[in-house]
Amino acid sequence: MNAPARLSFTDVEVEYRSRGRGRVRAVAGVSLEVSPGQIVGLVGESGCGKSSLARVAVGLSAPSAGTVRYADRPVTPLGWRPRSGAEVGLQMVFQNPYASLNPRRTIGSQLLDGVPAAVTGAARRARVHELLERVAMPTSAAQRYPHQFSGGQRQRLAIARALAPEPRMIIADEPVTALDASSQAQVVNLLVGLVRDLDMGMLFISHDLALVHEIADVTAVMYLGRIVEAAPTRELWREPRHPYTRALIDAVPQIGPTPRLPAILAGEVPDPANAPTGCRFRPRCPHAFAPCGEQPPTVDLGDRSVACWLTDSAAASTVARSL
Amino acid sequence: MAPLLDVDSLAVTLPSPRGPLPILHDVSLTVDEGELVGIAGESGCGKSLTAQTLLGLLPPGAAVSGSARYAGTELLGLDTKGWQRVRGAGIAMVFQDPSAALHPMLTVGRQLTEHMRVHLRMDRRAASRRAVELLDQVRIPDPERALRAYPHQFSGGMRQRVAIAIALAAQPRLLIADEPTTALDVTVQAGILALLERLRAETGLAVAFITHDLGVLSALTTRGYIFYAGRVVETGPTGALLTAPTHPYTAALLGARPHGTQTGGTLRPIPGAPPAPGEAPPGCPFQPRCGYAEPSCGDAPPPLTPAGADRSVACVVRPRLEVAA
Repeated sequence: MNAPARLSFTDVEVEYRSRGRGRVRAVAGVSLEVSPGQIVGLVGESGCGKSSLARVAVGLSAPSAGTVRYADRPVTPLGWRPRSGAEVGLQMVFQNPYASLNPRRTIGSQLLDGVPAAVTGAARRARVHELLERVAMPTSAAQRYPHQFSGGQRQRLAIARALAPEPRMIIADEPVTALDASSQAQVVNLLVGLVRDLDMGMLFISHDLALVHEIADVTAVMYLGRIVEAAPTRELWREPRHPYTRALIDAVPQIGPTPRLPAILAGEVPDPANAPTGCRFRPRCPHAFAPCGEQPPTVDLGDRSVACWLTDSAAASTVARSL
Repeated sequence: MAPLLDVDSLAVTLPSPRGPLPILHDVSLTVDEGELVGIAGESGCGKSLTAQTLLGLLPPGAAVSGSARYAGTELLGLDTKGWQRVRGAGIAMVFQDPSAALHPMLTVGRQLTEHMRVHLRMDRRAASRRAVELLDQVRIPDPERALRAYPHQFSGGMRQRVAIAIALAAQPRLLIADEPTTALDVTVQAGILALLERLRAETGLAVAFITHDLGVLSALTTRGYIFYAGRVVETGPTGALLTAPTHPYTAALLGARPHGTQTGGTLRPIPGAPPAPGEAPPGCPFQPRCGYAEPSCGDAPPPLTPAGADRSVACVVRPRLEVAA
């Protein structure tokens, strides 16, 4: 039968060439896995390579090194050929529902595009209505155009479009960033409900840490093209082991009885074209010490992995001696 | 002492193809010298329109009633000359998107000094000197070089700091910041919040901070206003407002946030959507979405009434509210 619909990244690198800046490594060796029924949250500051990773995950661009596999087959970039049934199981929800729906076609006709060819005749229309019901939209939406809906409604329609080919894995790249607080909660609940009901996997990319904390089973923290820490969400928040994870969590403003400013992380995210040598977080890290001149290995600590010399003090002292 | 900004019973109606649309109803708020005041609510609640009214940026055909006094001057009904005296040197504004607020083809120096030369009548050299000081104040590294740079050469967080420096150039006493950190990463946001607090402490700047993020409201401001459908529904000291809300809408907004208590769980959205302008139900605007509504809620919009120390709430039911941790 079918292989499990697992999405796995192995040492993925993404490079862009740009005039004047040379080669920019937006993703510099990422390994990550998303299993069916699991929500993996990917967080990090803008420019850290989250979206580049999302694009290679669904085959919108090719990795320059490493492999992306879905259901035990390599994900190959889109071309002028129909995708195989297995590849269609991987779908994406984009950040901006104003750009991801075609403004000149009705919602119904756009949803029909995605309904599998095996569904024929009147069943196709019925499927469109089912999809609209699934995202809590009235079936009359099928005859209408995207501009007739609010941002939150559009994002729900975009999710219906992603669900049409019966995916097993959803890549959601900042799906609620463009939405208001109350529609944000509605769309997030919809996505989480779908993952649980349909036993899909989801890679949920966001810069909103509190949101990822709320919904993700596993959280991966990305900094300048690398995953610096990944752990079950609860453990990651209770005891962040990488100084960058700590800094991100401390920067989230909290509600309390008196005003309390969030902690500040010094410096700016460096230009990926001139990434620091060794540990890429070193210039901003309050704990940087001699071994950080070498790139720290990703240490596996049971269900958590951390790329920081602090978590491996024995190896760190060896490195320090050799410097 | 009279407040620096005193808005009383402000109402704004905008023209539309379907006739006049009332957007703001009976909004009253004050900002004292050196005070950090927060204004929170969902998009379309009238937060930004309040800011536009205070800077005379309403579209043509807008009908305004009530009063808005800044340092004793009535703002409503000012002519172009009058607004020019208030804007920049009195009230300044920082917008959400620094990329749109800065001119892409003029150097940062040119955009910074323009203000000072007009409002403070400084010569080129004095203005440049002060521009360097300002950029230093907002922690832009190498300010002399930054003066000759163009906006695209900066990151988003730095651009917003440049926009703040420009807003501060003519030494305003009140800064209106409309979602200035919404487009930024949390780490960059933390820097901007600290900058505003430092400016308040060092120069006595008053800030009206508009946001939809209650965490930001709590972290920065000492007093807050919660807006819903063009009305103030609750106001008070921010800490009390957000730890013990008395309006069901405030409690619902707090409930819809991620709390980090239910990993793998779901959020509690507020059912329905805010009413479109002109389509608010008679009575309390929140009543169709409110879990505590009673028949009397449909009679008339409830007025803001005192509710404890320095607090007011516009709710006739005043239910016992469960606050999410």
